[in-house]
Amino acid sequence: MAQQVVAAPAATREGSGGPPVILIAVGRALLAAALALAVIFFLFPIFWIVSTSFKDLRDADSPVPHFFDFTPTLDNYRHIFVQTQQTATGGTTSVSTDFPHFFFNSIVIDVAATLLALVLGTLAAYGFSRFPVPAKNDLLFFILSTRMLPPVAVLIPIFLMYTNLNLVDTYHGMILLYTTFNIPFAVWMMKGFIDEIPREYEDAAMVDGYTRFQAFYKVIVPQALPAAAATSVFLLITVWNEFVFATQLTQTATRTAPPGIAAAQTMGGIDWGLISAVSTLFVLPVVIFTFLVRNYLLRGVTFGAVRR
Amino acid sequence: MATATPSASVEGLRRQRRRPWLTDRRMAFLFIAPSVILLLAISIFPLIWSVYLSFTRYKVTGIEAPVWVGLSNYHTILTNNDLYDDWHIFQVTAVIVFCAVTLEFLLGFGLALILVRKFPGRGLILTLMLTPMMLAPVIVGLFWRFMLDATFGVVNYMQSAWLHLPRVDYLDQPNTAIGSLIVADVWMWTPFMLLISVAGLSAIPRYLTEAALVDRASAWFRFRQITLPLVWPLLLIALIFRTIDAIKLFDLAFTLTGGGPGQSTLTVSYLLFTKAFNDYDTGSSSALAYIILIMVIALANIYIRNLNKVASA
Repeated sequence: MAQQVVAAPAATREGSGGPPVILIAVGRALLAAALALAVIFFLFPIFWIVSTSFKDLRDADSPVPHFFDFTPTLDNYRHIFVQTQQTATGGTTSVSTDFPHFFFNSIVIDVAATLLALVLGTLAAYGFSRFPVPAKNDLLFFILSTRMLPPVAVLIPIFLMYTNLNLVDTYHGMILLYTTFNIPFAVWMMKGFIDEIPREYEDAAMVDGYTRFQAFYKVIVPQALPAAAATSVFLLITVWNEFVFATQLTQTATRTAPPGIAAAQTMGGIDWGLISAVSTLFVLPVVIFTFLVRNYLLRGVTFGAVRR
Repeated sequence: MATATPSASVEGLRRQRRRPWLTDRRMAFLFIAPSVILLLAISIFPLIWSVYLSFTRYKVTGIEAPVWVGLSNYHTILTNNDLYDDWHIFQVTAVIVFCAVTLEFLLGFGLALILVRKFPGRGLILTLMLTPMMLAPVIVGLFWRFMLDATFGVVNYMQSAWLHLPRVDYLDQPNTAIGSLIVADVWMWTPFMLLISVAGLSAIPRYLTEAALVDRASAWFRFRQITLPLVWPLLLIALIFRTIDAIKLFDLAFTLTGGGPGQSTLTVSYLLFTKAFNDYDTGSSSALAYIILIMVIALANIYIRNLNKVASA
């Protein structure tokens, strides 16, 4: 099957020399069918969660699934913010939930850690890109290697360190942690981008009397801004999705959304409508961001190893 | 460009008379040092500390200071004398990593061979299919747990109502639970292989395949002799990333199976987490962390050696 794919377009052009027309048509139909199956497999779960988030309790928790035949409701999204509870006297009251707080923490920690990592990473990337640093390749490899470790391997000592330094469940502790985790990525991505900016730009600026530092922030920084935007999107997504450290190092004050949502499924009797709504809300920014950086995706997911 | 304006150069000349305090060497140091210091403090220092902890008997929650026990923690895990069935857990992890990465590779590369052709809607399909890998693993775990549910799950409905197969409680039996974990991982990470394969395939120069066609080379020959050798280095990079990441698998299992039923879907990373934060067995979990680390480094080295061989050939 695989080799036909490569062969088919050229073979049709060649006409008489290729396989019979009927075989090509059958092959194409098979490929189209395979692709359709794959699209369904990869997109159905997303469709399912999003549609469940608009179903009421009866439709969401039904043994016969409602694919399209349900009346959409926004109740689940309302329940993310306020939930009604039975009071002792039999009436109902509105209680606010923890989800807004989780989302708020996620946003604060994510934005701060991303900006910090981006600034520090860009500075280091510029240093590596333009100056003869001693043992440059070793240093760069060292920076990369810290990201290859399984995160659980450093979780225990970081937990101990944070406990001793009273950094557990603090905003600055989490921001510092995520900044550090993101630095390798920021350095490697930004170095790749800055390498591509011709040195002549700064040289010209310095001939005109700029100091090296002025040349950096008046010439290189504006040039690197689109690249920095793409890089920051990957940093944002990484921190936004982080779960392992968040479960251990945040408690009530700074708990972020991923451990918050994961905990929701154990709160007795799973409300799938609510969980779907929270998940949809949580995933939405990631999907939008992914769409925005689709042209940088390859570079981003391979740490800048694969350009093009 | 601002640099070309005359005012800038006049101002610049005035500046040049003063000897700059910020020499290139100082600037390089000041630019690079913060990142390196942060990494040393928050990644490397803890890592070294945990080497020491792995040679001790210690509980974070206890009041006792760490007691030096030499290689005993490593010995207990490697001879399978632990509270957990470590050997079995290593095997399960190997099965999950092998099956998931192989399936992701085959599916991703296969789909890439289709999607590398130009047809209407290709860009949209490709972009949509790449979303799963950007989602949080905890959320993906929840998605699949919901869909695989025995009574309310849509998967069970489809197989019983449409295909007339018996209902299966996927997450309640060891083998199907492991299978579910693999399926969820494949769903999430095939897009990664797809992305890299499409990039590799579309970079193959057209004149090469066309030259082979002129020579009437068979389709298989073209695939084997032109396509594969050219994309193989890129695919190896993708395999390195995926294998290392698959060994780290934890978040997904946490929400999908919770390591169960029993301990059947405990992977090494999950075991590490359990030892460290349920049992608070700090010494033993540090030792396990190092065993995993050495395995990861060894695997990465095998791949990289293969990559160098391919690159030099």
